[in-house]
Amino acid sequence: MNATVRKRPERLLAQPAIVMLLVWMIVPLAMTLYFSTQYYNLLYPGKSAFVGLENFAYFFTYPSFWTSVLNTVVLVGSVLAVTVVGGVLISVLVDETFPGQGIVRMLLISPFFIMPTVAALVWKNLLMNPVSGFLAWLWKLFGATPVNWFADWPLLSVIVVVSWEWLPFAILIFVTALQSLDREQLEAARMDGARGMAIFRHLTLPHLARPIAVVVMVEAIFLLNVFAEIYVTTNGGPGDATTNVPFLVYTQALLEFDVGAASAGGLVAVVLANVMAIFLIRLIGKSLTER
Amino acid sequence: MTDRRKRNRRLVALLAGATLAASTGTAWADTTLTIGTVNNADMVRMQALSGDYEKSHPGVHLNWVVLEENTLRQRLTTDIATHGGQFDVITIGAYEAPLWGAQRWLKPLDHLPADYEADDLLKNVREQLTVDGHLYAVPFYAEASITYYRTDLFARANLTMPDQPTWDQIRGFAQKLHDPAHGVYGICLRGKAGWGENMALLGTMVNSWGGRWFDEYWKPQIDTPPWHQAVNFYVDLLKNYGPPGPSDNGFNENLALFAAGRCAMWVDASVGGGTVANPKESQVAGRVGFARSPHQVTDKGSSWLWVWSLAIPSSSRQADAARDFILWATSRPYAKKVAERYGPESTPPGTRESTYADPDYLVAAPFAKVTYASLKAVDPAHPTLLPVPYKGIQIVSIPEFQAVATLVGREIAGALAGRGKVDTLLHVAQGAVDRTMKRAGYYDNKPVIQKQEATP
Repeated sequence: MNATVRKRPERLLAQPAIVMLLVWMIVPLAMTLYFSTQYYNLLYPGKSAFVGLENFAYFFTYPSFWTSVLNTVVLVGSVLAVTVVGGVLISVLVDETFPGQGIVRMLLISPFFIMPTVAALVWKNLLMNPVSGFLAWLWKLFGATPVNWFADWPLLSVIVVVSWEWLPFAILIFVTALQSLDREQLEAARMDGARGMAIFRHLTLPHLARPIAVVVMVEAIFLLNVFAEIYVTTNGGPGDATTNVPFLVYTQALLEFDVGAASAGGLVAVVLANVMAIFLIRLIGKSLTER
Repeated sequence: MTDRRKRNRRLVALLAGATLAASTGTAWADTTLTIGTVNNADMVRMQALSGDYEKSHPGVHLNWVVLEENTLRQRLTTDIATHGGQFDVITIGAYEAPLWGAQRWLKPLDHLPADYEADDLLKNVREQLTVDGHLYAVPFYAEASITYYRTDLFARANLTMPDQPTWDQIRGFAQKLHDPAHGVYGICLRGKAGWGENMALLGTMVNSWGGRWFDEYWKPQIDTPPWHQAVNFYVDLLKNYGPPGPSDNGFNENLALFAAGRCAMWVDASVGGGTVANPKESQVAGRVGFARSPHQVTDKGSSWLWVWSLAIPSSSRQADAARDFILWATSRPYAKKVAERYGPESTPPGTRESTYADPDYLVAAPFAKVTYASLKAVDPAHPTLLPVPYKGIQIVSIPEFQAVATLVGREIAGALAGRGKVDTLLHVAQGAVDRTMKRAGYYDNKPVIQKQEATP
């Protein structure tokens, strides 16, 4: 053992960093694991006791659990669909040169730099408010009754807000990817008589396969944890219509002060995220390795 | 060697000097008190007036953390449960004070000075903050739930509000006065989910239909006829004669609606009276009548009691200075100061008998009589028609209540927004509450926690 260490001093030098990282990861995880086996109500710390897997059973059979899983899947799925489809279309559109292209691209990307809480507040109070919002004004302009978005279409409204935030990210990636599209290939296709649709189908889309995979994976990681937008706009409601898994964990931890069940829920969320990640990588990862 | 000894000696001298200065000067020279409080109007006034306190107590600095109710509750609970010691003065309600007092998380406030006139505090209010004969918090203001109604609308429709209406009568009035075409809704009620929001009102409604949260053996009673009747009545009433989107409205939203003249009736906390009767803040001042909170089968527990109070966490290191401050902020001179600065109707209500003996206040505050009668009438020790093992009217004095009522409140708010049927959700809620109680060990032979003594 000593001999190998002396032979490779660089390995020894790397140890502190590795230990730090390990501690960084292991300690919170271990504590979450520990708490998930305890009955621990923050309001009665004196009576914590080992309860085995009861917290998990409790979390799985919580009335809102399956709704929250479904909401998470719907939210992630729809936002991914909107951002990828919308992102590709918009990027192709602004890829053609036209006057003011730089400014338009700038504007398209700017929503990404707005904080989620601020974006959610803007949508809630300035745009979707049924009395004073811009959309209500628009509806009234055409003689329609304004829609109470967050009460009547809660999940749809959250999807709209989150899509608006993440569309710029997709556009950013796709626009840069399109700039590396081989112009000679494009000209050759045109000379062969290919029309816009055919070029899009057989040149642009295959070229974008890899960036699409990147967008889907990066977004999926972040979208599984959407919290601020829900907290600010609907608070998980009405009922549990917009409660996703992270919000359910928050409900357990900070509204019911049940640390045990919240820890169990946190672990469930981690497993759920991993399952979805594996699924997505299997589905799309191929395009990353094929070439 | 000698050098170090010299230095040590100097250090000792310095320390001694410091201790001496601390003990001879004012007892709290240069202390900073961190005060966590709610952003309600009365607390904001306290913050505005605290400059006077700092002036008369040189060396004391007040650091205010003013937050919305739910956010504050999360901050305070996590801080006090983990003995974080961030706060020297905290603002807590009638739910937390007895629970946290029993946990010894709060400093007991014994031996109050004679000039504080502790006997002047309303008995019902003081009892809510007392555990085993020790006062753990001093009341800042107290509220009951009362019925607000628009006297002009009632007169125009030839209706008379009785002093003690029933919910059926309220529905009759709401039906006649509901006029959305002219922007007037029959009744505004809390719809926002939360144990301190919609469940406060629903707790009193269930009580007045003769229901209760738990029976004597801590078995939840949610899937029983009184709950079904009360919750169905509530949802129908608000859906038919309420403002649009009622599931978004909490106390503050309804207060704004009523003050803007959009509600013919409103059943909520009496503390809103100060705002709706103030011409500067309300378009309907002078046209508001006040009656007792509605009842139905019984008037037992039909009006809630809530006390906002100031307490000192036992983790505070400046307990003496904190105690001096909270006694100042709940004293009679403070109430007088508020009356002078903001008008007599703004006096912190519901805590002191002397407030209601003051003719100026009774004239300026038309809601004072009803508030006083409601506060006197409630009996948190016997809140319901059938016997219960807990204290509190719209609250149940156990730590599990927050979890339980949050869940039920969320489901009912969902039903109000048109998601799910009341009868199914009450059945689901019954199961969920039963599970929570089982988990907490209420049905074991050996309970994990000390259960409250059952009331006779």
